[in-house]
Amino acid sequence: MKKSIYLSVFLGLIMLSTAQAEDRLLNASYDIARELFQAINPAFVEAYAAETGKTVTIRQSHAGSSAQARAILQGLTADVVTFNQITDIHALVNAGWIAPDWQQRLPNASSPYYSLPAFLVRAGNPKGIKDWDDLVRADVSLVFPNPKTSGNGRYTYLAAWAFAQQQWPDDQAKIEDFIRRFVGNVQVFDTGGRGATTTFAERGIGDVLITFEAEVNLIRQLHGADRFTVIVPSRSVLAEFPVAVVDRVVARQNTQELAQRYLQYLYSPPAQEILAGFYYRVTDPQVSATHAKQFPSVELLRIEEVFGSWEAAQAHFSDTGSFEQALLAARRR
Amino acid sequence: MVHNARHQACPDNPWGRRLLIFSGVTLALVLIVAPLLAVFAQALSRGWAMYISNVTHPETLHAIQLTLLAAAIAVPVNTAFGVAAAWAITRFEFRGKRILQTAIDIPFAISPVVAGVMYLLLYGTSGWLGQWLYDHNVQLVFSVAAIVMVTVFVTSPFVARELIPFMQAQGREEEEASLTLGANGWQTFWHVTLPTIQWALIYGVILCNARAMGEFGAVAVVSGNIRGETNTLPLYVQQSFDDYNIAGAFAAASLLASLALLTLLLKTIAQARRDRL
Repeated sequence: MKKSIYLSVFLGLIMLSTAQAEDRLLNASYDIARELFQAINPAFVEAYAAETGKTVTIRQSHAGSSAQARAILQGLTADVVTFNQITDIHALVNAGWIAPDWQQRLPNASSPYYSLPAFLVRAGNPKGIKDWDDLVRADVSLVFPNPKTSGNGRYTYLAAWAFAQQQWPDDQAKIEDFIRRFVGNVQVFDTGGRGATTTFAERGIGDVLITFEAEVNLIRQLHGADRFTVIVPSRSVLAEFPVAVVDRVVARQNTQELAQRYLQYLYSPPAQEILAGFYYRVTDPQVSATHAKQFPSVELLRIEEVFGSWEAAQAHFSDTGSFEQALLAARRR
Repeated sequence: MVHNARHQACPDNPWGRRLLIFSGVTLALVLIVAPLLAVFAQALSRGWAMYISNVTHPETLHAIQLTLLAAAIAVPVNTAFGVAAAWAITRFEFRGKRILQTAIDIPFAISPVVAGVMYLLLYGTSGWLGQWLYDHNVQLVFSVAAIVMVTVFVTSPFVARELIPFMQAQGREEEEASLTLGANGWQTFWHVTLPTIQWALIYGVILCNARAMGEFGAVAVVSGNIRGETNTLPLYVQQSFDDYNIAGAFAAASLLASLALLTLLLKTIAQARRDRL
């Protein structure tokens, strides 16, 4: 008897989770984007209803974007992905879940918003930090997440490398020396952005925290705007936030149209306005003009252009890569 | 010499006794009581109004619901399973008894994360059964069903493990007497076995419930983190924390801690009753 109750409840739950797929959408996103999509989704639902007369539900799943890619491969039925790592979309492309031409389907290489590694320093900037070359001074100590475990940390390392490479285009030895001093100045390597923030803001370790500009401003809001100052360097790397329809999932669930519209909505002025409110830089000319004061101008380099390809950039973090060598050299000192 | 050494270790040495009590109490305070108080202090640090609004947030309420649902299914299933298994093991001789006994212990022996991954590898899209489920349009992993399944798995040994030693110690004379006097199997179970094992059973059920509500590792692997849909209370605590929603995280944690304390109170009562038998 108990078994049959169990079975019927169980089957009920399964049916519940597969019902009405056409007017529901699951967005698999990165872990710190919860509040962002909590703001965007109701706006989309309203706009969609006004246009089509249909009411839809947008569901959110948040975790590290690499974990999300793995979950989709295992059966998480995400109709769209909104990630913070292009390589995690590559994983889904390689497994055949997303078509290879995904970057051509939406404007700006399918990245509706972007950010860059920027600096957060103690109030009033006592160490006078202005740019990447200040970060390798002997009297400055740094905090950013470990590039081996964190995409955020990876962007930071690549941005420092890109800066050095523009400074000394033909001098590999100078670039490596710069990177060695940069890594040597790191006081704590946390595994993720969250841990690095705690180390810097709550434990008071380090002179500079390096993380995404969008995060840096959020941290000021949370831990006290008067305690920290944001510094945007002269040059940094472009951190894209790529979005894509998961073709294999939408084909099964019959949600192509809704998924496509949802991602297109992210480029619309109302959505771009919300994004700018979360300190993400946006592409809509009018919205970025109204928020110009919030975003100091900066020269942004593409990872693909500086390093050739994402794969070549990733090679810096292999066990024999430049990061590991800089770390060894820093420890020997 | 030998006598002397024994004397020093003897509990009636007042200094030794005081030292033991002192270190025991200090450790308990530092390791257990202080963090627990900190959870409640943090949860209430921004005032009651904020606490109430965090606790009544739709996502928190949904997490509570799901946690209770998983426990409401896992506990009866494992109670039935535990009683049946303990009954079979302590009352009958059969082939494969050893195997059954070992199988009961498997969820204890392996890490919950591994249990979650096992389910994922079996029922996930690239798993053995997962491909079949996928072809038949059944979504099992990353759904409420999967959360219930892993909770059942992880909590399955508790009732059986509690009953087996108790029923072994008790022997089967009373049941045999009941059967010789003409009672059938069900009558014997309801009127003879159940009344004697009831407190041990309740104790097992409470432990099972505590674990079902608190399980994190296995559930985290198969949940898919869909907000307001596949988030249990422990997962919600972690996610709120990761979202920089510290007050929300501690509010949810205080709820979980309250559920645990309630369970602990019930457990203490049941334990006292059981030990009196």
